[in-house]
Amino acid sequence: MVSGAWFVLTRLCRDRSAMIGLILILALVLCALLAPVLATHPDDLFELHPAKRLRAPSAEHLMGTDRMGSDIYSRLLFGARITILIGIIAVGASLVIGVPIGLLAGYYHSWVSDLLMRVSDIFLAVPQVVLAIAIAQTLGPSLPNVILALSVTYWPWFARLVYAETRSLQNEVFVESTAALGASPFRLVVLHVLPSIASPIIVRASIGMGFTILTAAALGFLGLGPPPPTPEWGRTIAESREFLPDAWWYALAPGLAIFLTVMGFNLLGDGLRDVLDPRLRRDRGRG
Amino acid sequence: MADLLSVRGLEVEFVTDQGVARVLDRISLRIAPGEVVGLVGESGCGKTTLARSILGILPMGAARVRGGEIQFKGRDLLREDPRVVNEEVRGRAITVIPQDPFTSFNPLFTVGAQVMDLMKWKSPHRAVAARTQRRWPAVLHRYPRTRYRADRAAVLEALRAVHLPEPERALGRLPHEFSGGQRQRLMIAMALLPRPDLVIADEPTTALDVTIQAQILRLLRQLVKERGVSVLFTTHDLGTAYEICDRVVVMYAGQEMEAAPTGVFFDRPAHPYTRRLLESLPSPGGEIRDIPGEVPSLIAPPSGCRFHPRCDYATTECRADRPAERAVGGQHRVHCFHPLGSA
Amino acid sequence: MTETPARYGPPPLLELRELARHFPIRNAFGRRIGWLRAVDGVSLDVWPGETLGLVGESGCGKSTLGKTVMGIFTPTAGEIRFLGEQIGRLRGAARRRVAKHLQYVYQDPGASLDPRWKIRRLLHEPLIIHTTLPRAERETEVQTILRAVGLPGAHLDLYPHELSGGQQRRVGLARILTLHPRLVILDEPTSGLDVSVQASVLKLFRSLQSTFALTYLFISHDLAVVRMMCQRVAVMYLGRIVELADTTALFQTPRHPYTQSLLAAVPQIGGRRVTQEFALEGEPPSPRQMPSGCRFRTRCPIAVARCAAEEPALREIAGQQVACHLA
Repeated sequence: MVSGAWFVLTRLCRDRSAMIGLILILALVLCALLAPVLATHPDDLFELHPAKRLRAPSAEHLMGTDRMGSDIYSRLLFGARITILIGIIAVGASLVIGVPIGLLAGYYHSWVSDLLMRVSDIFLAVPQVVLAIAIAQTLGPSLPNVILALSVTYWPWFARLVYAETRSLQNEVFVESTAALGASPFRLVVLHVLPSIASPIIVRASIGMGFTILTAAALGFLGLGPPPPTPEWGRTIAESREFLPDAWWYALAPGLAIFLTVMGFNLLGDGLRDVLDPRLRRDRGRG
Repeated sequence: MADLLSVRGLEVEFVTDQGVARVLDRISLRIAPGEVVGLVGESGCGKTTLARSILGILPMGAARVRGGEIQFKGRDLLREDPRVVNEEVRGRAITVIPQDPFTSFNPLFTVGAQVMDLMKWKSPHRAVAARTQRRWPAVLHRYPRTRYRADRAAVLEALRAVHLPEPERALGRLPHEFSGGQRQRLMIAMALLPRPDLVIADEPTTALDVTIQAQILRLLRQLVKERGVSVLFTTHDLGTAYEICDRVVVMYAGQEMEAAPTGVFFDRPAHPYTRRLLESLPSPGGEIRDIPGEVPSLIAPPSGCRFHPRCDYATTECRADRPAERAVGGQHRVHCFHPLGSA
Repeated sequence: MTETPARYGPPPLLELRELARHFPIRNAFGRRIGWLRAVDGVSLDVWPGETLGLVGESGCGKSTLGKTVMGIFTPTAGEIRFLGEQIGRLRGAARRRVAKHLQYVYQDPGASLDPRWKIRRLLHEPLIIHTTLPRAERETEVQTILRAVGLPGAHLDLYPHELSGGQQRRVGLARILTLHPRLVILDEPTSGLDVSVQASVLKLFRSLQSTFALTYLFISHDLAVVRMMCQRVAVMYLGRIVELADTTALFQTPRHPYTQSLLAAVPQIGGRRVTQEFALEGEPPSPRQMPSGCRFRTRCPIAVARCAAEEPALREIAGQQVACHLA
């Protein structure tokens, strides 16, 4: 596996847009990790300075101040933490739910698989935003609830992908022959099928991060996300609405942050797809 | 009698990720009018590449013709204007029966539509298009009523000649409604409709069951002999070459090794490779004899005679130079410094 | 259903009784409109130490038969007894245990290797599944088997794609041999291979048979190969066995019209040209719409009225089993 990862990295370096994506994501991670260090006004998470409200970007406040007088730049950095958290947990949860379901549905050819796929179709049909609103109404707007809404609606994408890949892999000779050797379904699925379909899962996870973060921002914008004073990016944009177009920096900063983050994940995902799927199969194939 | 087709010194290279593969090494081949020539060899020997070179359908970009000539009815196919070759030679004077009957038809169109499309361009009733006409887009070329009717009658006649049941109804059917054997019959009919001089049959029975193969081989031989058509029949199955060919040429790793009339080829082969090949054919109740070693890579092939690493009789000569053609008797020719049965 | 027990020590390794495997044919709406009777009542025995050939053309069901015996398909009807034990109805873990003694070689054994696993891990796997041997002992076994198929120990650290096709084939075989199976089903092992490569592969099979005391069920459409490798041959047509005899007898005096046509169709270098005399016309009927009575009657040169009315059973004539009213 290690050699595989190295191989991927070297190939990825040749793809300029994928490198850009990787850099953007690394920047995001750095911002989140080092937020207390990089922030110019770390206390502005909680403190209010009404006197300094709505100031344009300057040397002191790199991206200006918001309606509470807090430094937007600093709050943005801390917002990165929330963004990453939502992305990782939501996509992670979707993986943990969706992949096993997809594997089961793909491996078995009975009513079990039909049932699982119909269930995933049902979840797929639910619009994320609507479900999030429903959850927020019943359980109250908060960070965990956003993550819940996202996970619950995103796992079918993984389930479908894994189902399709598992089904097509079953026709591969090595799967059939290992089964003929007496391998149990567990061994087949976990040790043989799963590693073979890891590539498309990774690609989808990367793109899914972008998608999830965008949706999370939308939910935050609608007020369904973590309540203030949490510096969530979507909420910040919502706050900025009434002050546009005068306080242009107020919306631009979080908007740009979201844009760059999502684009970063998409570029990386595309790059990974190009590197992982056809070439690995070609190079690892026969002859 | 002048040869119909004469390939001399043909050299073809393929550019691959791992380097340049020297796929054909100064190949020569002669086909007389009305002759069925078998081109045999194992995978990688270059027989398909040779067939494609004659047709001019080598993969663009990857394949390079380095030298040699292909003389067909007085013109060098490698040096003529490709558009002229496409119009007058390909599909008309030289036709093809491809290997895999299951993928050679467009699955979306009826057989009739596909055959009549062939006839629109390559019917023997159609005059060769003038230079100016060739540049028109395909849509503008008309298919006159009278010629259409004549062609259709010829098609039905051809389908009857290949024993395809219910030819009229067959034209209205889609390819998947026919079995492999029936599709090959169709391909044979289509290959013979333009009244070609040479038919290139590229392993036409490899994908068929042995009883169907026997029917197809019989049909093919009968039809070509009736019409005096020459055939270049490539195969890796020596048995089918024995059945249908007048003369057999064997290739190995891009070089020709031996050429002889069929009876002589199988009875008294002169080249060590030919003999080894014949010995490794399954024989009842016997010892299994294989050829030690493996087929060489064409990117760094052995020097001189490419078979020398696996040959029992190899000497320094064999490593140094490619043996020139030597006559062993009449039509029997060999490329070997130590042909069997000689001193 | 008596074979010649005196020649091979009793009991038979494998016994098939009226084995059948049918596939449903569904229309566009998923409704079943008929059955594809790929294997339709096959009975035969395989004796320890022999190589039994199973020949036929495409669609005759020989591959399906091999896969059904192996358990890749479950039987629709009939019995499979292996080492005296009924295995046709076994499922799950019990069926998987049978794999230790009954194995199956694909046409391309190299394709049976997971491209992401190293050779060492691939060869340990069968032992991990079926035995409780500790790692060190497994390693010794693996090394022994690797030597037996003629590969160097260094290959253990490579991936399949780093080996040549021939070497991959040997690894595929080694994987099966680690279990020391009693019966190995070979499914078209030489299809598509060049003549000289085919000779090497057959040589390998022969040497492995003597080293490991294997019994082979040799499925192939190539009659010349079967004649060389097998002591007995069964001929299949549209899901049933039409003739079963010792190899020499079958090739010298074929009794079933289909066997006769089959043999007549095979080119024989140095002999008469098949194409001059070959008489069998037409194509096999679709397995979805089988003719009544004898399945071969639509193409049979000597069919009579009885052939349409009654399906012939396998009966013994001078030491050969033939399913024909007129033999």
